[in-house]
Amino acid sequence: MSILVDTSTRVLVQGITGRDGSFHTRKMKEYGTNVVAGVTPGKGGTEAEGVPVFDTVADAVAAVCPNCSVIYVPAALAADAMLEAAESGLPLVVCITEGLPALDVVKAKAVMQRQGIRLIGPNCPGVISPGTCKVGIMPGSIHQPGSIGVVSRSGTLTYEVVAGLSKAGLGQSTALGIGGDPVIGTTFLDVLELFEKDPETRAVVMIGEIGGNDEERAAEYIMREMTKPVVAFIAGRMAPPGKRMGHAGAIIAGGKGTAAEKTRALEEAGVPVAQVPSDIPGLLRQRGVQ
Amino acid sequence: MKVHEYQAKGILARSGVPIPKGRVVGNPEDAYHAARELGGRVVIKAQVHAGGRGKAGGIQLAQTPEEAEAKAGRMLGSSLVTYQTGGRGVVVKRVLVEEVVPLLRELYLGAVLDRALSRVVVMASTEGGVEIEETATRSPEKIFKEWADPFIGLADFQTRRLAMRLSSDRAIIRQLAGVISGVYAAFLANDASMVEINPLVITDDGRVMALDAKMSFDDSALYRRADVAQMRDPAEEDSLEEEARTQGLSFVRLDGNIGCVVNGAGLAMATMDIVKYFGGSPANFLDIGGSSSPEKVLAAMRVLLADPRVKTVLFNIFGGITRCDDVATGMVQALREIGTPLPVVVRLTGTNEEEGRRILQEVGLEVGSSMEEAVKKAVAKAAEQGGTI
Repeated sequence: MSILVDTSTRVLVQGITGRDGSFHTRKMKEYGTNVVAGVTPGKGGTEAEGVPVFDTVADAVAAVCPNCSVIYVPAALAADAMLEAAESGLPLVVCITEGLPALDVVKAKAVMQRQGIRLIGPNCPGVISPGTCKVGIMPGSIHQPGSIGVVSRSGTLTYEVVAGLSKAGLGQSTALGIGGDPVIGTTFLDVLELFEKDPETRAVVMIGEIGGNDEERAAEYIMREMTKPVVAFIAGRMAPPGKRMGHAGAIIAGGKGTAAEKTRALEEAGVPVAQVPSDIPGLLRQRGVQ
Repeated sequence: MKVHEYQAKGILARSGVPIPKGRVVGNPEDAYHAARELGGRVVIKAQVHAGGRGKAGGIQLAQTPEEAEAKAGRMLGSSLVTYQTGGRGVVVKRVLVEEVVPLLRELYLGAVLDRALSRVVVMASTEGGVEIEETATRSPEKIFKEWADPFIGLADFQTRRLAMRLSSDRAIIRQLAGVISGVYAAFLANDASMVEINPLVITDDGRVMALDAKMSFDDSALYRRADVAQMRDPAEEDSLEEEARTQGLSFVRLDGNIGCVVNGAGLAMATMDIVKYFGGSPANFLDIGGSSSPEKVLAAMRVLLADPRVKTVLFNIFGGITRCDDVATGMVQALREIGTPLPVVVRLTGTNEEEGRRILQEVGLEVGSSMEEAVKKAVAKAAEQGGTI
């Protein structure tokens, strides 16, 4: 079992004929993901990576009934792609694209919220439920099916942690990146609620970073509601204030959003915060995870 | 991206926010003439991005055009050290010469993206002239907020409500409402990420005016805001950071001696943290990005090796979209073209790892597959090099 994606997920790839879109469509299919359609305006009627391509999301929905869209279109067009997916009522939209103007995401997110559509990202690696479905760009081979939920604001740091978990024999129920931007569709809090409800997830690893207060809000939820053990890592302890650390959202602004504040909030909520990623499997075992 | 006070004021003025009369100048003679035009008595304000100018002597009153010339002359070309600049300070290239505004009250007005609520929030306070963070801790009840609907914007009742928190005078309230709408409009029209007017003043003759202004902008939207993008002042950026930016690298300079080249921002931050954890000191944050070509690796090496403080180079690559063989090819090319006597420690794992290792072993570079082992090794090498930790 898992959250968000599983064997019933029928994936539509927006931007399927682009460089990243086609490469990752191939990788997703190799992993066993059911990719049912692609969209590239002007390329309708063709095929890419063995998948039928449509001009519009509406055409694709009418023809092959996808229930999830993954977006690989360039930043300037990605918010529009989100709106198009939303209009067709696809319940899950995963936006991989990095570098969207924040105010575009504010609007697209508001539309999607009103329609009850879940947006993951933008600027994220996607979602994988190991062994069943991969929607995104993460290397499938490092994952193993299991019962640890992994949620992160990062891409490669997530791979680092997941590889460590798999090596320690701790497989994952679902692993996802929620994105490194200041405005994102789904937050830590949302994902923790999903993992808490998922019967197959027994513990959660949360990988946060500097900027914003998503981790602090997650800590409040964990303290109040969460019954499953959570272990965390926070990147950016060495980050100087006022500097953007790669991710648009990773910035200590007005002295707020430091790793120290986040660590304190999590520890107060009973969440151990690993000093190095390799400590994570040990911390999970200490909390009774086998 | 940040801009100078005079640029922020220009943007806000175009959205209907009243600003003092003034002129930005680059030499003392122009300061003299500007002061004469403005009536003789003026304020000279150093145009640097850093805050804390007042306390550092970057804002001075001049009673006459002659004094304006002399004071501007001392300020221009000098290095201004504020609590935000670090010890070396920043060189003042331009000063803003402004009329003196007799004021009755100082207020605060700002707008930022509220990340938690995914909307723009406009904030106002009766405590002007103090840092908003300070007010937030000392008297949070004096900060008033209104959140803009992404489609409706800031409704009139919201601007009015905010204005009425700041004043009880009807004429002032009307002006304040105009300023608040102007700030929100400027935020949207320029893809800002922050606007701050501190202080927003009420003058002794009943006018509302932005005495100071700060704006920063969403880097991801600069492609469609050419007029904003051209306001970038490269002199305000660290020269290496600026060089890295033009190469498409995300780079932030720190003060240690272990140069880090990493793919992915989260992993790059974690790498710096772990260098510190194992007793070392990172020289930088550097994310070569997702789909990294050999050229990017070469550019990254150039930027790193241009910093004389770097004593050891640490590569930490977790291949996903990034292919290990691409990184390895770039490294070999970089070492051939630039060459370095410094130790290079490599951690390479993930997509096309075997191929990457083979390429590096051919040139005699040892490759590890664990991040922590590689970090420990880099820390040891840097210590051997006699760098300061």
